[in-house]
Amino acid sequence: MSLNVEHVSTRTLPSEKPLRLLDNAGHAVTGAATGGFGLPDTETLLGLYRKMVVARRFDVQVTALTKQGRLATYPSAYGQEACEIGSVAALTAADWLFPTYRDTIALLTRGIEPADILQSFRGDWHNGYDQHAHRTAAQATPLATQALHAVGLSHAARLRRDPIVALTFLGDGATSEGDTHEAFNFAAVWQTPTVFVVQNNQFAISVPLERQTRAATLADKAVGYGMPGYHVDGNDIAAMYAVTRAAVDRAREGGGPTLIEGVTYRIEAHTNSDDPTRYRTARDVEHWKRRDPIERLEKYLVSEGALTEAMRTEIADAAEALAARTREVMTTEAELDPLELFDHVYGRERSALVEQRSALEAELAAGAFAGHQGAAR
Amino acid sequence: MTATVTSNAPAEASAPTQLTMAGALNAALRDAMAADDRVVVYGEDVGPLGGVFRVTEGLQAEFGDERIWDSPLAESGIVGTAVGMAMYGMRPVVEMQFDAFSYPAFEQMVSHVAKMRNRTKGRVTLPMVVRIPCAGAIGGVEHHSDSSESYWASTPGLTVVMPSNPADAYSMLREAIESDDPVVFMEPKSRYWSKAPLALPVTTAPMDRAEVVREGTDVTLIGYGPTVRTALEAADAAADEGLSIEVVDLRSLSPFDDATVGASVRKTSRAAVIHEAAQFGGYGAEVAARVTERNFHHLAAPVLRIAGFDIPFPSPKLEEYHLPTPDRVLAALDTWEWDA
Repeated sequence: MSLNVEHVSTRTLPSEKPLRLLDNAGHAVTGAATGGFGLPDTETLLGLYRKMVVARRFDVQVTALTKQGRLATYPSAYGQEACEIGSVAALTAADWLFPTYRDTIALLTRGIEPADILQSFRGDWHNGYDQHAHRTAAQATPLATQALHAVGLSHAARLRRDPIVALTFLGDGATSEGDTHEAFNFAAVWQTPTVFVVQNNQFAISVPLERQTRAATLADKAVGYGMPGYHVDGNDIAAMYAVTRAAVDRAREGGGPTLIEGVTYRIEAHTNSDDPTRYRTARDVEHWKRRDPIERLEKYLVSEGALTEAMRTEIADAAEALAARTREVMTTEAELDPLELFDHVYGRERSALVEQRSALEAELAAGAFAGHQGAAR
Repeated sequence: MTATVTSNAPAEASAPTQLTMAGALNAALRDAMAADDRVVVYGEDVGPLGGVFRVTEGLQAEFGDERIWDSPLAESGIVGTAVGMAMYGMRPVVEMQFDAFSYPAFEQMVSHVAKMRNRTKGRVTLPMVVRIPCAGAIGGVEHHSDSSESYWASTPGLTVVMPSNPADAYSMLREAIESDDPVVFMEPKSRYWSKAPLALPVTTAPMDRAEVVREGTDVTLIGYGPTVRTALEAADAAADEGLSIEVVDLRSLSPFDDATVGASVRKTSRAAVIHEAAQFGGYGAEVAARVTERNFHHLAAPVLRIAGFDIPFPSPKLEEYHLPTPDRVLAALDTWEWDA
């Protein structure tokens, strides 16, 4: 696998045609279009394939549960599996991930349990998993704010001489936010081990890319900050993995930050409360469905004789088992303690919160909320 | 990750010397950095220049540019990266340079700094300090004299403190840096050059406590930061007329020390709060409401607010008309019916 990126000049604009290692028909790409990156080995690709299939099934299951009213909201990542998983798979367990609200399947790839991942979308608490154990920050809802956290954390790690990289996801819309600029600039000036992955899924809710930027590619922006930028086919997980892996290795070796744009498409609505038929055509959606990231890799692996029918069955069974487990935990009501509302605001006791806690406790004792278990449901 | 934590106090206290508040803050940063290598300091111009108010003077020469450095000019970036640093176990102390320059960082402060512990159910805590030189009376042009304290104080999850003198400045900054929760540390610019004889290290009252800085029996004047001096001057003037004024320095805006303020108000039965920020919806409204709710039957008169006008902070040549003065404080007290 060729991951040598020494030749990359930070003043060279990314290619306008997205870099790819597998074409839409699942054929290995050769020549200039690969940007000098090599196709990951078959075992790596099989692992990525499995992760994508399982994540897709999970996403479909959660969307169904949302329609049944089991989740307050869910931003689907259907169609973005290559971006999400290809990037995250390039990290080690010691590296940190700074995800956004759409990156649920990236959390799954980090080994976080469905019940913990979905706690926030169900409405039980803002975040349900252990950040330090999984080296995964809480999903950020304000756009681009978490990119600065990734820069700060990776800078701190570097000051401590810890070989840790932080990767953060941004959407195409988020690149218009001021914090994106500040994060890119701080990372480049401080040469922090940070990897920025922009998942360009073409729409910020309903606003298309051409109303978000006049830049030829979002990866072009890297040049202005003095860091390498890559314009990548975001539905080609081989390319997303190889490019991210190179950026992660380079960051770990003190080479500073990298911006990677994965060009992809959000097949589902923004969230369950969105109506995408108002801003895009069925024809567009069909066009992108034919560029499915899972089918592409599957065609390649089958043509290579690497993916057998038995393996497909085994992977499908694993995906079904996860979906079943997800259904089970999401149809079980979590025990919520209203008094915990006061437990995680400050580290030291505050008399005002002690008083308010007592007042709620008295109301609960008096049966003021009897029969209620969360207003949202 | 490894960290070296040595004793917080130097072995021997120095002999008392005249120290400005800026000097006390500088000493607090130096001592905190020497005591704990997790403490890092950054912001605009804090390195070789030593900060525009010289609060960080000499620190980069002493600790090197991996402990204190100049950041790019971007307040959201400064606060946002500090979040990540604190997540990794550092104890960043960042500077906003001037009060109104902190507004670009508002989202980071409110959406992340304040909420991180809560969002993550206590799994991620942010031991960080955001230093904000604040308030007026230094002849600053626009955007250099705001009082932004009520924005921060009304945000659950933030601790907001403001010292009024060099001893508190030293002690409260040391405590803020040692706090496991994020602290908005507001520094009244007009008090930077105020001096007091001080033997360091000094430990004053805990930073969440208000202090009675002058005893009195007839009125409680509640001030913080720059207006503690205003209150003390008003009290001196009132004493000439036979009025005994007690002055409470709040020190902490969030949390609010109901106990100290309440005890004083129950003693005097009259209270007024003084601040530079606009009155409408300002911090004084919270003080007046709390004092009234908890002490109504001990009060002989309504709680008064002596504040800046409800206008954007004025130009330097007009700020003297806007800022609360001792005369305005006394005039406000005259509006009470004293014989009732």
